[in-house]
Parts: sequence; C-alpha cells; structure tokens
Amino acid sequence: MWGKVALAAAVLTASGAVAQGLPDPLTDTPGDPTRGRAVVVDRQLGLCLLCHTGPFPEVPFHGDLAPDLTGVGTRLSPAEMRLRLVDSRAVNAESIMPPYHSLDGLTRVAALWEGKTILDAQQVEDVVAFLTTLTEEPE
Amino acid sequence: MTKVCTTALVILMAGPAQSDDRRSGFEFMGPTTQSMQTDDMANPGMLAVLAGERLWNEPAGLSEQSCQTCHGDPEGEMRGVAARYPAFDEVAGTAVDISGRVNLCRTRHQRADPLPHENADLLALVTLIGLQSRGLPIQPDPDPRLTEWRARGEAYYETRVGQLNLSCAQCHDENAGGHLGGAPIPEAHPTGYPIYRLEWQAMGSLQRRLRGCFTGVRSEPWPYGSDGYIALEAYLMQRAAGMTMETPAVRP
Ligand code: HEC
Ligand code: HEC
Repeated sequence: MWGKVALAAAVLTASGAVAQGLPDPLTDTPGDPTRGRAVVVDRQLGLCLLCHTGPFPEVPFHGDLAPDLTGVGTRLSPAEMRLRLVDSRAVNAESIMPPYHSLDGLTRVAALWEGKTILDAQQVEDVVAFLTTLTEEPE
Repeated sequence: MTKVCTTALVILMAGPAQSDDRRSGFEFMGPTTQSMQTDDMANPGMLAVLAGERLWNEPAGLSEQSCQTCHGDPEGEMRGVAARYPAFDEVAGTAVDISGRVNLCRTRHQRADPLPHENADLLALVTLIGLQSRGLPIQPDPDPRLTEWRARGEAYYETRVGQLNLSCAQCHDENAGGHLGGAPIPEAHPTGYPIYRLEWQAMGSLQRRLRGCFTGVRSEPWPYGSDGYIALEAYLMQRAAGMTMETPAVRP
C-alpha cells in the first residue's frame, strides 16, 4: 500500500517536472559556458549546428532545420533547456532533435555508441550554462 | 511546419503523390555538378560504362561464356531492366537487386565466383546495365511476391534508428529541401545508381549510399547484400515510380 502511494507521488513529480522542465542540475559542478560553447560548435560532439543556426560566425554552413539559437537565453529557462537537451521527445514526441542524454527507446545503435548517451551529464550542464548567455535579440 | 502543411494540402488536392512534385537529387545540386552529370565527356560514370562494355564481352568462369554470349548487346535485352529492379528470383526464392542478379548469372551460368560488393568490375557491369534505362521512367516489377519486400522497406524507412534516433522519413520526407549543416537534404530517390559521388571520388551502389545515411545517424549498417537493403531499395523504387532514370548520376 505504501509502495503504491510512493509510486503515485513519483509519477506526479515526474509529470510536473516535465511541464516545467528539469530544474535540478544533473551534476554538482556548475556548468561552464566556455566549454558549453565548444560543445555546441563541435560537429562531432554537439552536432547542434547541423540543424540550428545561431551567433557562431566562425562556423560555416549552419543547418536550417531548427530554431535560431540567438536569444534562446531569454526565451527559455535553464530548466526548460535542460529538459530539451536531455530528451526533446518529452516536449514534442515527433521532435527530430536527438536525445542528448537519454537511451530511451533507441534501436540499432552502432557498436561504437551502444549504451552511451551523445553528451554526458557535465556536458549537458555546460551547454545549458552557455545557452543561458545567449540573451541577444535576433536581428 | 509550413512545409508539412503544404504537402498535406497538395496530397488532398492531387490524390496520392505521383510524378508531380517529386524531385530527383539532381535538382538539389549546383550547376557545375549538374553539367558534370549531363555531359558524357565529363561524367566519370562513363568510364565505368566503358569498363562495363569490356567486361560484358569477356568470357568468365568455367563456362568460358560472356554476358554477350547469353544476352547479346547490352542495348537489346538490357533496355529497361534497371528501371524495374529489384525483382524476385524463383530459384533463390528471394528478391535481388541488379548486383545480386549479375552475381547469380556469374555463379549459375558462367560458373565463376560472385564479385564482392562495391568491387569495381561489379559496379562497372551494373552501371552499363543501368545506362540502358537512362531516360526511361521507373516501372517497378508488378510481381506480387515483391509486395511484402516493399512493405518491409517502408517500415524500415519510417523507423527511427541509431544514437541520433532519426528515421529516413524524418529527413527525406519531413525535411527534404532543408539543409543539414551545408548539405541540402534530397528526397532520397534512387534514380541515378550506381552514382559517381564526389565525396567518395568513386562509383558506388545504392547500398553504399544507404550505409552512409545509417552511419550518419550512428546506426549499425547491415552487412552489404542484406535483405534489409533489398527491401529498402524495393520501397524506394516504388516511391519513385514514374521518375526518370539517370544512371550514371553524379552526386556531391
Ligand atoms: C537533428 C536536428 C537537431 C539537432 C542536431 C539539435 N537540435 Fe535543437 N531543436 C531541433 C528542433 C527541430 C527544435 C524545435 C523543437 C522541436 O521540434 O523539438 C529544437 C529546439 C531546440 C531548443 C529550443 C529552442 C527554442 O527557441 O524554443 C534548444 C534550446 C535547442 N534545440 C538546443 C540545441 C542544442 C544546444 C543542440 C546541440 C547540443 C541541438 N539543439 C541539436 C533540432 C535539432
Ligand atoms: C539526418 C538526416 C538523414 C537521415 C536520417 C537519412 N538521410 Fe539519406 N541523405 C541525407 C543527406 C543530407 C543526403 C545528401 C547527401 C549527403 O550530403 O550526404 C542523403 C542522401 C540520400 C540518398 C541519395 C539520393 C540521391 O539523389 O542520390 C538516398 C537514396 C538516401 N539518402 C536514403 C536514405 C534512407 C533510405 C535513409 C534511412 C535508412 C536515410 N537516407 C536517412 C540525410 C539523411
């Protein structure tokens, strides 16, 4: 009986958390925006600019499949950003944005990546810290 | 979003999408690459055709027979063949693509070893056969035994795979015309294979292209020759029915 109550509470928190984002950092070490920026512009690591564009003049060939990251720090809270990075499907089940820190439902993953998330917890925190600094209005 | 709505609207008005708004990968290329394809003197695929013509006439295997011995000139019996493959092979009881067919002819009739996938001689023969369909519309084989293969291919096409968790459809239906990094996303029509790909600096089959997309989403590609590729090829050819064959195409 107590088990059931505990479970119900957990589900409530989970769905409540989904609505607002993930307020709790994934690690104890605060995110480092400089390292986060490096992840975002790296084509092998973050892959972000394959789909997004943003204030990254040094990177040629941004994608145009996703919203401009310019000003995202004023549009979304860190909790909302963290949730979208960990698993964008929590917000939009059809999202093409890869789940950066979840292995949920993945199939036929290449041996090299099997059992690994795209980014580790600290890298997610670093990226969130960096995105928070993107407060400029789009042109 | 707008793109998806427009597509839905077009389908509502025009019925099932046919020949109308589908675009070959050719139309996503710059003018330089396009003219490299359309000018036979500049198209590197024509070198594979030349090699293919030589191999067509060369006896092989214990039978000492050439393709020519059984089929005559490629311009005759081979016209339109590539535009309707994959086809079902009675004896093997399975669907085969053109490379598979060439290898069945080698083992059964020439009594020679099969050529490995992406082998230059195999690509040359398949390119020569593909050229005999250039300019013809894709006309998938109506054999009902292929229906199940196409259905499986379609299921693969719609399934998210790999660490990046993307399906073929998410890129090639929902985001075709967009840009992934610098690269325009084409509609994945198999009109030009084998192709000369600038990135490979070589000829390559449709299976090689599909492996590239699997690797791109960090999914384990099946081994060459797997049924999964034949199923995807059968589905892609059905999806492109009526579009014009371009072999040998050039792609970036
Ligand atoms: C394959 C495509 C793809 C990749 C790669 C990708 N995203 Fe996204 N992202 C999207 C799409 C599409 C959306 C729009 C919402 C949706 O459909 O999920 C989005 C939404 C977002 C949002 C919310 C934007 C807003 O204004 O609401 C943020 C923040 C974001 N992405 C950050 C990133 C970061 C950082 C990376 C890399 C670490 C990344 N994305 C990689 C496709 C992608
Ligand atoms: C993340 C996006 C993405 C996914 C997912 C993807 N592709 Fe592609 N595909 C591309 C891009 C981009 C190209 C253009 C060539 C290039 O730049 O690599 C391409 C090219 C192709 C072509 C060549 C078209 C031509 O004109 O010759 C075919 C066929 C194809 N893809 C089929 C598939 C199939 C089948 C799948 C699923 C198994 C798939 N793709 C998954 C992005 C993708």
